[in-house]
Amino acid sequence: MTYLEHVGKYFVMLGRVFKKPQKPLIFYQALLKEIEDLGIKSLGIIMFISFFIGGVISLQTALNLDSPFIPDSLIGFAAKRSIILEFAPTFCSIILAGKVGSYITSSLGTMRVTEQIDALEVMGINSLNLLVLPKIIAALFFYPFLILLAMCLGIFGGWVAGVLSGLFTGADYIIGLQTDFDPFLIVYALTKTLIFSFIIATVPSYHGYYVKGGSIAVGRASTQAVVWTTILIVVANYI
Amino acid sequence: MIEVKDLHKGFNGVEVLKGISTSFLAGKTNLIIGQSGSGKTVFLKSLIGLHVPEKGTISFDGRINTAFSEQEKMQWRQEIGMVFQGSALFDSQTVEENVMFPLKMFTKKKTSEMLDRVNTVLKRVNLENSNKKLPAELSGGMQKRVAIARAIVMNPKYLFCDEPNSGLDPQTAIVIDNLIQEITEEFKITTVINTHDMNSVIEIGEKIVFLNKGVKAWEGTNKDIFSTDNEAVVSFVYSSNLLKKVRDVYLNETK
Repeated sequence: MTYLEHVGKYFVMLGRVFKKPQKPLIFYQALLKEIEDLGIKSLGIIMFISFFIGGVISLQTALNLDSPFIPDSLIGFAAKRSIILEFAPTFCSIILAGKVGSYITSSLGTMRVTEQIDALEVMGINSLNLLVLPKIIAALFFYPFLILLAMCLGIFGGWVAGVLSGLFTGADYIIGLQTDFDPFLIVYALTKTLIFSFIIATVPSYHGYYVKGGSIAVGRASTQAVVWTTILIVVANYI
Repeated sequence: MIEVKDLHKGFNGVEVLKGISTSFLAGKTNLIIGQSGSGKTVFLKSLIGLHVPEKGTISFDGRINTAFSEQEKMQWRQEIGMVFQGSALFDSQTVEENVMFPLKMFTKKKTSEMLDRVNTVLKRVNLENSNKKLPAELSGGMQKRVAIARAIVMNPKYLFCDEPNSGLDPQTAIVIDNLIQEITEEFKITTVINTHDMNSVIEIGEKIVFLNKGVKAWEGTNKDIFSTDNEAVVSFVYSSNLLKKVRDVYLNETK
């Protein structure tokens, strides 16, 4: 299939995904499960990475702004903007593309090759609506909280790194955080997060749902899904 | 009754089903047999609507399935039970949840009523006390029985089975065959089974359709199969010496 055919098939898939759920109670149960699987189970890795990468960003900024003419508070200022605008929404989304994307593709792909999706279709259930829509809603609902947490932990990680390394003081760091703080940065970051969340939920779902073959095909689809999700996140970020 | 008229289906320019016309008897165990690659699974999946035929019609008691509106299709789907080759159980759900799933989706029964129905069908397939097990904790035969239970929980009019005996030992295969036949008779379901298990053909095949390279090459009963001189059927069914001897014994006894 050409790239254009894939794009067309992806949008046809979305057309089937966005229908009214056949049974709200079942859908709600599926949604709660997806929030747990896609959101809550990603908390650990996001918290861990945010804290340490936040520290690295602050340290690198400090080392590169090592000049008597540049106030140390600029380290906090620069780290804040990097973390809020790029690290939290984009870098964390790329991490989630790998973790969550591969999970989505492999679980849907396995359902496909073991005919569980066929079983749903034969029963008269819109399998895309039941399997993919909860993932989209869970991602759109939970990932902004995840990214906000990443921002906070990243900034905190920066503070800890500075205080422990002695490259800058905590007070200077906090002054930098407070300097020229524009709440629109958070809005901008969360808007990007929503777009990235949609990509993370739908692109791996597409690859998993339409997989053909056996276990190797599922593995291959999982890799392709992560690659394409990452590419689309980077392109969307650039746009 | 299920009637198939001039069914054609192909993939990527290759025709797999080449104008099949046949009918499946209401309330009976109908078998589709043929070599690997003859089109049995494509035919079965076309019957249940997973493949859309390029030409031809499939009608269920006079209703053509490709002409259904969305509402009619939904209703028709609830009249179908399907047992897949690999059982296709939802592996994150317990036996009870698997069997209850169609009831939850399509009925407004209370949980206690659904549980009663689930326990009734699990008892019918001899799987009491397995409600809380996951599919991975079950043997192949038990998984098939759960799949059968899930397929009949909504009291379907039509039951389709794709190689229900595959991967099972001979004893368990007979148990599954007998279970399917008993359920067919008890609930007056029109059953269509896709198989290349010759024991199933001889034991439970009330109507047999033989496919050869995408074409219907023969149809008859499990008694007719002993006396047919259709070369394709004979070379397929009696490829083993054991079955040749069985045929010889049957023919001698019926003379």
